[in-house]
Amino acid sequence: MFQFSSDTILFGVLRLCAIAAGSVLLLVFVFLVVESWPALSNVGLVRFFSDESWHPAGENGLFNLLPMLWGTLFVTAGSVLIATPLGIFSAIFCHYYAPSWMARVYRRLIELLAGIPSVVYGLWGLVVLVPLIRELQPPGPSLLAGIVILTLMILPTIALMADAAISNVPKQYLHSAAALGLSRWSTIIGVVVPAARSGLFAGVILGTGRAIGETMAILMVCGNVVQTPSSLFDPIRTLTANIALEMAYALNDHRSALFFSGLLLLLLIIVLASLAETVRVRGEVNV
Amino acid sequence: MSKGWDPGLVLSWTVAVIVAGAFCWLLGDVFWNGLGRVNWQFLTEAPRDAGRSGGIGPIIVSTMLILLVCMAASLPLGVGAAIYLSEFTDSEVGFGRMIRRSLEVLSGVPSIVFGLFGSAFFCIYLGLGFSILAGGLTLACMVLPILIRATEEGFRSVPSEYRLGGAALGMSRTRRLLYLSFPAALPSVVVGFVLGLGRAIAETAALIFTSGYVDRMPSSLFDSGRALSIHIFDTSMNVSGGEAQAYGTAVVLVFTLLSINLAASWITDRWLYRESIGS
Repeated sequence: MFQFSSDTILFGVLRLCAIAAGSVLLLVFVFLVVESWPALSNVGLVRFFSDESWHPAGENGLFNLLPMLWGTLFVTAGSVLIATPLGIFSAIFCHYYAPSWMARVYRRLIELLAGIPSVVYGLWGLVVLVPLIRELQPPGPSLLAGIVILTLMILPTIALMADAAISNVPKQYLHSAAALGLSRWSTIIGVVVPAARSGLFAGVILGTGRAIGETMAILMVCGNVVQTPSSLFDPIRTLTANIALEMAYALNDHRSALFFSGLLLLLLIIVLASLAETVRVRGEVNV
Repeated sequence: MSKGWDPGLVLSWTVAVIVAGAFCWLLGDVFWNGLGRVNWQFLTEAPRDAGRSGGIGPIIVSTMLILLVCMAASLPLGVGAAIYLSEFTDSEVGFGRMIRRSLEVLSGVPSIVFGLFGSAFFCIYLGLGFSILAGGLTLACMVLPILIRATEEGFRSVPSEYRLGGAALGMSRTRRLLYLSFPAALPSVVVGFVLGLGRAIAETAALIFTSGYVDRMPSSLFDSGRALSIHIFDTSMNVSGGEAQAYGTAVVLVFTLLSINLAASWITDRWLYRESIGS
């Protein structure tokens, strides 16, 4: 009888832990919705995309989030486009071209970089990269700086996921390719990459999520001017940087609008996560 | 092979050299500019003149307190949830699947969104204000998925013979968990803890509106306290002439993270490896 009850208590406590952990996301979502509600009802959804500009403080605030959305989109797209081939080739390098000791060192390096704080990337960007870009074309803090820094930041994520995906390619595939007399490069392009594609794609999605959500490094190198960029050298402001910059003094509808942009970010991440899940399930079915 | 020309060889070496070069540049720059600043005085003194001179003593203390709160809150909750998920649920159906999906999404939520949530929930709704407690709890929400994933894997890899053997000896489920599964999964719990710690110490955006900017020595958990990462941000962005101090702080932060990562990989290599050989 005693044993039964101690087991029941344990079961209950553990279940409670699991429920609590699982409901954090719900809690985050609920609080973002509640806090962005005043802006949604006073300003309305449409004005976030149709107002003339972003001047959210005061009585008749203007709430156009589009320049920031473009900022986030451009900087994310740019960095993902560059980091994806770099990351995948990093993984291919480790598996097929590097001597084994070098592959080990290189992997360690990448793992290490995955853990470097974003503010350290930002510091390097601010002190080293931005002046270099200024030499090239003023003002310096720009979309380009953001893309370069983000590329470095998401590259480890994509490289590590690609590395794992390539490790999981069944050995028979490689043996068959060898038996067919395929060269190393043809094996990689014709066999390994297609077989690992769901894992590679999952890495890219993860990297995209990280790029969308990155705040500090972007805040430090992008210049934070609210505008839709017309060239790579224009300063931009992303949704995340906007929150970090204005939260400290925002009041009423302005504050609420910032929570709304946080809600947008959360929804984007949920969409990406579902996409990743679909790819994962598809990949399992195919193999 | 007969052709001899392999585009992959050239491409992958080029990429590897670029990537390794960029990263050596980054780390080299930080250590080159910052290492000279770090000495005993820098680590213990209070910052002076808005952080242009002096040290980072109170900031180290605040950082440690924030981490303490974060791990104290997330460790029991995370380990409990991980045990429940691995021992009592199926990962692909029903309740277990729902919780796991929720944690997966949570692990991708941007830190600035955690910052918004923390400021609305912990600072205002729960009335904690700008405080180390609010910052630590916000970080706890963030590291929870990392902690749970690592711990859960550990419990799942405990051989089922352990459980069956225990059950055959008439041990209750509680005792089996405490005396068989838990010791066997302990290295993974430690790895989860270390990974979570690494994530928490690197975090900045979630702390700006929760634990705040105050760079004085905190006298309680309800005081605002500035974390190392925020100090780097603030001295490099908002204080002209603060870059040298930012570099010094960055060296301390990166060095701490390196030790944390080394510890994690040492545990995985040695401890987990020995466990699997031993069994």
